[in-house]
Amino acid sequence: MNQTGPSLKRYAITRLALVVPMVFILLTLVFLLMRVAPGNPVSAALGGHAPPAVIKAISHQLGYDKPVYVQYAHYLGQIIRGNFGTTISDRRSVGSIILVNGAATLELTFFALIVAIVVGVLVGLVSGRFRDSPIDAGGRLFGIVVYATPVFFLGMLAQLVFGIWLNWLPTSDQASPITEALLQTHTNIFFIDAIIDGNWTALKDIVEHLILPATTLGIVYGGVFIRLIRINVIRTLKEDYIEAARARGINERSVVYRHAFRNALVPVITVVGLSIALLLGGAILTETTFNWPGIGHELYVYLQNRDYAAVQGIVVVFALVVVAASIVIDFATAFIDPRVRY
Amino acid sequence: MSAVLEVRNLRLWYGTARGSVRAVDGVSLEIAAGSVLGLVGESGCGKSTLGRGILGLLPEGARADGEVLYKGRNLVTMAPRELRRLRGPDLGLIFQEPMTRLNPLLRIEDHFRETLEQHESKLTDDAIRRRSLDTLGRMGIPPTRFRQYPHEFSGGMRQRIMIALALVLRPSLLVADEPTTSLDVIVEAQILRILADLKANFDTALLLITHNLGIVAEACDRVAVMYAGQIAEEGPARDVFAEPKHPYTRELLRSTISLETTELHSIPGAPPNLITPPTGCRFHPRCPDVMRVCPARDPIETRPEPDRRVLCWLYGPDGDIPPGGTEPAERERIALAEEA
Repeated sequence: MNQTGPSLKRYAITRLALVVPMVFILLTLVFLLMRVAPGNPVSAALGGHAPPAVIKAISHQLGYDKPVYVQYAHYLGQIIRGNFGTTISDRRSVGSIILVNGAATLELTFFALIVAIVVGVLVGLVSGRFRDSPIDAGGRLFGIVVYATPVFFLGMLAQLVFGIWLNWLPTSDQASPITEALLQTHTNIFFIDAIIDGNWTALKDIVEHLILPATTLGIVYGGVFIRLIRINVIRTLKEDYIEAARARGINERSVVYRHAFRNALVPVITVVGLSIALLLGGAILTETTFNWPGIGHELYVYLQNRDYAAVQGIVVVFALVVVAASIVIDFATAFIDPRVRY
Repeated sequence: MSAVLEVRNLRLWYGTARGSVRAVDGVSLEIAAGSVLGLVGESGCGKSTLGRGILGLLPEGARADGEVLYKGRNLVTMAPRELRRLRGPDLGLIFQEPMTRLNPLLRIEDHFRETLEQHESKLTDDAIRRRSLDTLGRMGIPPTRFRQYPHEFSGGMRQRIMIALALVLRPSLLVADEPTTSLDVIVEAQILRILADLKANFDTALLLITHNLGIVAEACDRVAVMYAGQIAEEGPARDVFAEPKHPYTRELLRSTISLETTELHSIPGAPPNLITPPTGCRFHPRCPDVMRVCPARDPIETRPEPDRRVLCWLYGPDGDIPPGGTEPAERERIALAEEA
């Protein structure tokens, strides 16, 4: 007879093995897209007014005059060794951009995701449970309004209200200059670094800086979750096993919590995972609004400069995050829903 | 034998956009302990609504009127909380469609544990396990499968699990709503044997809702024939089958298929909609014996034999039939048009 243990393990192994071809395809696609996109990185880096001979010389030096397949092989070889190269426009190490700015984005996105899940799940569950009540109407209205609001507008509004009028919270940057200067670097994620050092003053400062951008970004995506969770709860409450549970005299509380909410959240996990990609996209705008030194903001700048190396590196990181998220999601789903394992 | 359940003039209706649907309209029934009452009729005549209405499990917006007396207490007017406590240990329900009745995320064990903990909070873990496995064992589900998930079982097994889940609380009344309709004949025979053994093992009263007359003949002590929200005829199963009184029962019996069937008989027309049912006797547009009185006046329940009742003007009371009322009437064209 099948036991659940080994089959979950087998599922995990299969799922992990599929990551290799996925990442390979992603790398190839990003590489090709950057070659197909118009614009020359070298001339962009030199300000667009350099003589053709200079551009040619630099292109040769960087290897951009070689055939595409040679560049591709070289690129893959470097990536396998963990070397993302240096940017063309300002000669920074792409690896360090990923580490430093990536950590800032990770911090922002993670807390935004938590806000989105908390807001979305709470409002969504309550709205779905008390369908068509005034609470539901309020929840739905809130969901639509926050989702329809552009993230930068909501961000500016938050800055105005909480930063300027009430003067409760800082409106920009990841931390105060003094905190940034004094904080030891362990992981590049300020929040974790401050905890490692037990530096509570710094932590307070970091959290204060985090609240507005994370809440802004989180609430916008919470709007998506609200609608999704609400509709799932409503649908699940109509399931046959809900009626069967009621027919066994299970109290309404257990019916709603154990049977309806749990089952309603299974499809939501998948959407939460997929929305991490959306969150990264939204992070670019949030980072710009709050002057957050994240990777999204860097991507925006390097894209304008046609900086192959930087864009390739950053996009690959985005892609890897999405892949990692989808794996986590699949495991979570398999763990909760036994039917997925087979 | 005393009645476990007594339904008196029960009316159940719910509002729709086109008007209120009177799914059950003045039904009276009795079920004695350890006996099986079969409830038969075409689809859409209110059988399932009646079955669920007894347990108070009606869709939102449904209304009930009349009495459902369970051991002397009226379930219709009972507080929802109190009624909820009766569901399970006193009133059980098994459904037509077993595939979707178990929560796919919970193990079979979780279903039993939840059910027993809800109603018998004093049970120890060990006792819960023992009782669950014992009940499942009677249904032919081995203990090795206790920790499996619903999707690992076939439809027949799931229905047996659902029955075990209802029986583990030893209810005094079990409503079985077409429990074998979605199963194959072999499994159907198994399930019916299990249900028939109930009264011997637990002294459970069973309301068996079905449209399969063969099942009723085999498994039921009494039978009630339902048409358009009303009980057309009720009596001991053997007598009703041997000598049906109501034309609808007769037509229904003629429509069954057996080895001797050479030509398929069907009742012309379809059951009426329950928003605006036909006037008088609701069966009159389809009745082969329709008389002048039938569309004009609501039939009155009579007892042609001490143990049987029927809702049809053929059996009187003669005093209520106006002069000339017994003359045969033309069958309405609508019924035939509907059929086309």
